[in-house]
Amino acid sequence: MSDLGLRLRQNAYLLSVIVLFGLVYLLYHLAHPKGFSSAVLVQNSNEVFSLAMLAMAQTIPVLMGGLDLSVGAVMTLVDCLASHLLVGTTTQIALGVLACLVTGALAGLVNGCVVVYGRIQPIIATLATGAVYIGLALFLRPTPGGKLDEDINWAMTNALDDFAGTVGLFSDGLPAWFRPIAGVPTSLVLLVLVATAIWVPFRRSVTGRAVYAIGSSEQAAYMSGLDIKRAKLTAFTLAGLLAGIGGLFLAIQTSSGNADIPQAGGYTLSSIASVVIGGTSLLGGSGSAIGSIFGTAVLKVISFNFRIFDIAPLLQPMFEGLVLLSAISLGALRMLRVKNQLELFR
Amino acid sequence: MEQFLVLAGVSKRYGGVRALDNVDFACNRAEVHAVLGENGAGKSTLIKTIAGVVQPDAGTMTLDGKKLSLRTPQAANDAGIVCIFQELSLLPDLSVADNISIARPPRRFGLIDLRAQRRRAEELLAGIGCEDVNPMMRVRDLPLSRRQMVEIAKALGKDPRLLILDEATSALTGADVERVYAMLARLKASGVAVLYISHRMHEIEALADRLSVFRNGRHIETFGRGERSPDQIVQLMIGREISAQFPPKPPRAEAPPMLEIKGLSWEDRLHGVSLTIGRGEIVGLGGLDGQGQKELLLALFGVLKQVSGEIRIGGRRKTIGSPADAMTAGRQTGGASGGANGGQAGVRSGGGIALVPEDRKTEGLMLPMSIAENLVIASLGALSNGPFMNTGRERVAVADAISRLQIKVGRDSDAVHTLSGGNQQKVVIAKWLMTEPAVILLNDPTRGIDVGTKQEIYRLLRELADQGAAILFYSTDYDELIGSCDRVAILYDGRIVRELEGCALTEQAIIAASLNLTRTEPAHV
Repeated sequence: MSDLGLRLRQNAYLLSVIVLFGLVYLLYHLAHPKGFSSAVLVQNSNEVFSLAMLAMAQTIPVLMGGLDLSVGAVMTLVDCLASHLLVGTTTQIALGVLACLVTGALAGLVNGCVVVYGRIQPIIATLATGAVYIGLALFLRPTPGGKLDEDINWAMTNALDDFAGTVGLFSDGLPAWFRPIAGVPTSLVLLVLVATAIWVPFRRSVTGRAVYAIGSSEQAAYMSGLDIKRAKLTAFTLAGLLAGIGGLFLAIQTSSGNADIPQAGGYTLSSIASVVIGGTSLLGGSGSAIGSIFGTAVLKVISFNFRIFDIAPLLQPMFEGLVLLSAISLGALRMLRVKNQLELFR
Repeated sequence: MEQFLVLAGVSKRYGGVRALDNVDFACNRAEVHAVLGENGAGKSTLIKTIAGVVQPDAGTMTLDGKKLSLRTPQAANDAGIVCIFQELSLLPDLSVADNISIARPPRRFGLIDLRAQRRRAEELLAGIGCEDVNPMMRVRDLPLSRRQMVEIAKALGKDPRLLILDEATSALTGADVERVYAMLARLKASGVAVLYISHRMHEIEALADRLSVFRNGRHIETFGRGERSPDQIVQLMIGREISAQFPPKPPRAEAPPMLEIKGLSWEDRLHGVSLTIGRGEIVGLGGLDGQGQKELLLALFGVLKQVSGEIRIGGRRKTIGSPADAMTAGRQTGGASGGANGGQAGVRSGGGIALVPEDRKTEGLMLPMSIAENLVIASLGALSNGPFMNTGRERVAVADAISRLQIKVGRDSDAVHTLSGGNQQKVVIAKWLMTEPAVILLNDPTRGIDVGTKQEIYRLLRELADQGAAILFYSTDYDELIGSCDRVAILYDGRIVRELEGCALTEQAIIAASLNLTRTEPAHV
């Protein structure tokens, strides 16, 4: 078989998710009165960004065969922290952003330490640490509030030309090469940047390889001489960092901080749903964060369509559930071919 | 010859079992050194110790004059010791190229260089004649024999100074075995020391420069090729008289068939297996590992789907779709024949099929649950009133089972994993005897248990047969088959190639049939 054919076959599921998303999104734009405009794109992209970050974060523990129940809590913690720090001079804001990212990564590292050194399953370890992070968030923001710097909010949550305007680029008119992309949402660019600057190198690092190996067969990974502890610690730290980026953006987007417990839980569950729809196996070992981004996109495009088409909004959770169910069913088709029933339990 | 790897006084215990007992062992550069021994002789513990998987309790290891202290497989790899394990160490979800370079991938700018990694995989695979394997394929999608070759390529990629092969050729096709031989010859010529573990005597005769025999965790003797005859080697491996430990076999009488199998086929593992087992008969399944013996037992127990062929129990045709079906397969037969022949037709009251599975820790027992709960788990229907357990009857049944098999327990409420291996296996057997089966299938039931318990199991099997059960018994241990079975069916490539009984049932005959030497045209070579 040719290499291209092999790649297509190995990624057939992800491709079908992308096509599905593309079709439904096209439908949305066709029906939208301001379809195909930059404003709609910006709004959609902003809505997707934080959950996409959380879905990427969730992908990593899921690839190792675990679940991280603290991603929503880390996001909320960083959100509350950012609502205090992202004010003042440019330097202060830059340091604040850095502090937020470090906090996210640290929270992830703590998760990793509990899992590795406490020898506790990720799902229960992160249930506990997640409660701790929410507690810290509540301590930082007992009631919703805070006021972030207005410029950063404006720059990050609009199109690229607004970003350029806010940071003072091209003050003497937009150059010709910039015009075609002037309407692209800044958050979409950021999403692509994060995906290429974090995920792609991770996928090609020894640690990334080890993460897949652990989920595929931890025993064989150990016997192959991989450093499992280091891989797990790095993986959880990275997940924390990604969840932190999600929290940072949420703060910028809402211009305030809110230690919203139901919201944290909702985001965590949606991140798991995104990962599954994106084709990552809950058993670990196969899938990718790119898939999870598209998983998020599929989940979100459903709610977009609810706004456009006149469907009772109360039906929305049901539709999301049906999409999730069909995604899982596709994954389970493989089981029909199993002829040794013992393999069903492995 | 300079000594390369030297073990001095190495010991390792697992609970009460001495897996390695004060072993002195040496292996030279540029030679293939075969390690021989029965199952449980300590070969795999020896390898695991050398490969850094287990740490010895006592003794020292030196490699090339330097003292070794290997805490992990990685440390062994770094010292130049590379092991190809029997259980594959490949990661099914990763590609062939990923697997081959798993621990030390080629890198550029700190990231894995996919192109270089792929080239490397192609080179290594070409070196063992496997150009047909696409390095981009996922290992999951490869057939078992190809996976084994990938495993070998992976090991070679680590530039071994000492290469250990543990039954590494068991899954290979004839052509691949030749390629592995050629590869080993090249390695030897370049000064690599090779430790070779195999049950296949002809392979060892073809390959090994020196041989070491292990028995009961002890290193018995090391000698050069040709210094001992095969008979002498077997004697060294066994080291005792066979006959004493088995109960006497009753004279063979015509018995009504209890289990009849006709033309059983499944996937590419079973090809038209036909076998009849009479009431009161113990039939052994022999042959090299992986010739369909396990699949045959699983098929009879309803674990495999889409099995074709016919299964009859007590003369009645049965369709067995699940283990639950198998357990009750003889029940109607029992009732019907009981009515017709006043019960003397003798299908015992449960009358189903029981399987003592291969791996007691995963398939046989619920390790964290108590001994009592494990004993009754297959008999819940008989021990309950409606939805509730009858605790009185349960207690009686548990006490009966423990005394009948002389299981050494502290309290029956202790978790079953607190028992020794032999007693755990007794719990598995007792659990199935409680269902009063008419047909008992056993998959290597004495593996990894002590000699005393083995003898008790042989006596028990004979007792059960005398009470009318039909027993089908797969074992990798030839002595066991010869000593305890009335008849032995040898499988080769999913077919029964010979049935041996009476005085034809000898180790030589089993080995010859296992290698399919009696046929003029062996199925592969």
